[in-house]
Amino acid sequence: METVWEWFRWLDKTHGIDLSVFYDTGDRHRFLMGFLTTILLSLTCLMSSLAIGFIGAWAQQSQWRWARLAVGAFIQFFRNTPPLVQLYFFYFAIGGMLPKFADASGMASPLFGSFFWAAVSLSLFGGAFNIEIFRAGIEAVPRATIEAAESLGFSKGQIFRLVAFPLALRFSLRALNNNMVNLVKTTSLAYAIGVPELLYVSAQIWSDQLNTREMMTLLLFSYVGLVGAMVWGMHRLERALRMPGYGQ
Amino acid sequence: MTQSLLRRWILLLPLVSLVLALPHEALAAPGQPGILASLLKWTPLIFKGFLLNLLASVLSMALGTLFGAFLGLAQISPNRLVAKSAWAVTQFFRNAPWLVLLFYTVLLIPFEIGISGGVIPLPDTAKAILGLALPVMGNVSEIVRGAVQSVPSGQWESAQALAFTRRQTLWMIILPQCLKRMLPPWMNLYAVLTMATPLISIVGVEEAMTMTRAALAAENRSELLVPMYGMLLVWFYLYCAPIAAWTKRLEMRFGVKA
Amino acid sequence: MTWTADQPIVKIFDVHKSFGKTEVLKGVSMDVAAGEVVCIIGPSGSGKSTLLRCINALAVIDQGSVQVEGQEVHDPDLDQLALRRKVGMVFQQYNLFPHKTALQNVMMAPLHVLGEKRGDVEARARELMRKVRLAGKENHYPGELSGGQQQRVAIARSLAMRPDIMLFDEVTAALDPETVKEVLVTIRDLALEGMTCILVTHEMGFAREVADHVYFTDHGVIVEHGPPEILFSQPQDPRTKEFLSHVL
Repeated sequence: METVWEWFRWLDKTHGIDLSVFYDTGDRHRFLMGFLTTILLSLTCLMSSLAIGFIGAWAQQSQWRWARLAVGAFIQFFRNTPPLVQLYFFYFAIGGMLPKFADASGMASPLFGSFFWAAVSLSLFGGAFNIEIFRAGIEAVPRATIEAAESLGFSKGQIFRLVAFPLALRFSLRALNNNMVNLVKTTSLAYAIGVPELLYVSAQIWSDQLNTREMMTLLLFSYVGLVGAMVWGMHRLERALRMPGYGQ
Repeated sequence: MTQSLLRRWILLLPLVSLVLALPHEALAAPGQPGILASLLKWTPLIFKGFLLNLLASVLSMALGTLFGAFLGLAQISPNRLVAKSAWAVTQFFRNAPWLVLLFYTVLLIPFEIGISGGVIPLPDTAKAILGLALPVMGNVSEIVRGAVQSVPSGQWESAQALAFTRRQTLWMIILPQCLKRMLPPWMNLYAVLTMATPLISIVGVEEAMTMTRAALAAENRSELLVPMYGMLLVWFYLYCAPIAAWTKRLEMRFGVKA
Repeated sequence: MTWTADQPIVKIFDVHKSFGKTEVLKGVSMDVAAGEVVCIIGPSGSGKSTLLRCINALAVIDQGSVQVEGQEVHDPDLDQLALRRKVGMVFQQYNLFPHKTALQNVMMAPLHVLGEKRGDVEARARELMRKVRLAGKENHYPGELSGGQQQRVAIARSLAMRPDIMLFDEVTAALDPETVKEVLVTIRDLALEGMTCILVTHEMGFAREVADHVYFTDHGVIVEHGPPEILFSQPQDPRTKEFLSHVL
C-alpha cells in the first residue's frame, strides 16, 4: 500500500498533479470520513424517505378527507419548492426556533446539529416523491388479482402482504430507483449547512492544498462512482424481482 | 382540469397564511417595525434576486437544450463509436450532483478567455449558468434518445421504403412525432432546474437566496427567519406548481410519463 | 338448522342486485344439489357473472337469500373467509399472481389461509399440477405460460383449497380456440369425479355434454331451465329459442 501512496507523491513532485488525499495521511483520513458521512447521510435519507413514502401512501387511502388533503399539500409543497431553500428553512428557521441547551463547556448549543437537519429535510423531500410513486404502484395492481385472492379466502392483511404489496413494489421499482439515485445526489446540498460530507471535506482540502483542479475531478468521479454503484445495485434488485413474461 | 388546478392553489392558502399571519406584529419586539413591514421593506431587493433566478433558469435551459439535443442525436447515431461516447457523456452528466458540476465550472473555468486577440470576461453568473446547463444537457440528451427510440420501428422502415434518406427520415418523420412525447419531461426538467437555481448562491451569485440571507443578517432578528425563508419558498412554489400542473395535464393528454 | 347432504348445497332465492340505477338481477332463484353440474347460459349483460359472484360474496346482494351448505352467505355474522374456503372460483382472465411460479400459486392459499404444513401442501400441489396435465411446468411463471395453461393453473390453485363447490366464470372466453379444449377436458374430469360445479359459459356443446341442469338467463331473470337434452332441443320460451338459434 505504501508504494501506491508514494507513487502519488511522485506524481505530485514530477508532474504537478497533486492528489494529496492519497499520499497525505491527514487528507486521506478527512476524505474518507467525508465519504463515509455521505454514505451515512444517504442511507439515513433513503430509509426514512421510504418510510415516509409508505406511510404517506397509506394515509392517502384513508377515509379521512383532511388526512388526504394534508398529504396532498405536503407533496405539493416539497415537490414544488427548491430543496436548498427547504434545507435552509429547516436548519436556520425551524432549528433556530428550538431551545438551545448548555453543553459540557457551558456554551449554548443547538438541540440538533446540521447532520440531523440535513437528514430531516432531505428525507421529507425524497419522501414526497416516494408517496406518489407508491400510490401509482398500488393503483397499478389489477382489481381482478385482488379479487382472486379474496375468493381464495385470504384475509385483508394477507392480501396486502402477499399480493398487493409485492406487486406494487415491482410496478414502482423503476421510478423508485430514479428517485433514490436523485436523493443520493442531493445529499451534496448538506454542504451548504456545514455537514462534513464528501463535497465539504473536498472543499476544505482544496483550500488547504490549493489543488482545486485535482480535487474537483476526484470528487466528480467519486460521486459518479457512488451513483454508478447504486444504479448497478438497483439493477440487480430489479432483476431479482422481475416477473418473467410481464412487461419489459 | 381548471378545478384541480384551483384545488392545488387552495392547498397553498394555509401555507401562505401560516407564513404571513402567524408570527405577525404580536411577535415583534417593542420599538421595532412589525414583521410584515420588515418583509415588505426587503421584498424589492429579494424579488430582484428572484428575477435573476428566473433568468438563470431560462438561459441554462436554452443552453442545456441546445447541447443536449445534439448529444441526444449523437446517442442514436449509426456510428457506434459516436453513439457510445455520447452515451458515456450523457450518463456522466446525468449522474453527477448538480452542485458539484456547478463548483466544477465556477472554480475551474478562468474568469476571462482570450479569443483571437480580444478578451471575453466571464463573470461568475455566466459560469454558474453554464454549470447548471451541464446536467440539463445530460437529461435533455436522454429525453431525446428515449423519445426517438419509442417511435415504432415500422415508421423507419416505411420511410426507408419510400426512399427517404436516414437524415430525412429523422427530421421529417421521426422527430415531429417525438416532439409531443418530449414536451412533458422537458417541462418537468425545467421545473427541476428552476428549483436548483438557488444553488448558484453557494458559488457567490447574488440571487434571491443570497439576498434573503443578507437581509436576515442586516436585521439580525430571529423572528424574521421563518417568514423570510417562507416567503422565498412561496415564490418558488407559485412559479413551479403551475408548471408541474400543466406538465401533468400534457402527460395525460399525450399519454406519456415524464 | 343443520345442513345435510340431501338438501341443496347452494340455495338461491329471489335475489335482487343493482349497480347504481341498473338492476342486473331481478329476483333469481336456483337450487343446486351436491355433485351436480349446473351451466348458466344467456346473452352477455344478462347478469350471469353477477349471480355467480353472489355465491362467494364477491358481490353483495340487495335483497333475497343465498345459502351455501345451509349458511346464509350475506349474514353479516358469517365468517366470510370460511365460506370462501368452501367455494373455489376460476375467472375469465385467470388472475394468477404474476410474481409467483405456477407451483407457488397453487401452494399459497393452503399455506397461508389453511396454515397447513409445507411438505403436505407441496405434495398435493404437485399432484394437482399433474391432474391438470401441467407436470413439468411447476417452476414457470404465469407470464411464461399460454392462456390455457394459466387457466389450468388457476383451476389447480382453487382445487388446492379442497373446496366443496367450484364456480367457473366464463373461463374459456379469453382463450384461443385451440386451448379451449384442454381447459374443458380438465373441468369435465372434475365433474365426473362428483365435484359440484356451477359454470357461466358460452360453450353450448360443452354445456350439453356435461351439465345436469342448464339455466337460461336474460335481463336479470331466469327465463327457462331444465336438463340439457330438453332445454337445447325443445326450448319453450321464444327468448330461449331466439338465443339458441344464434349460438347453436
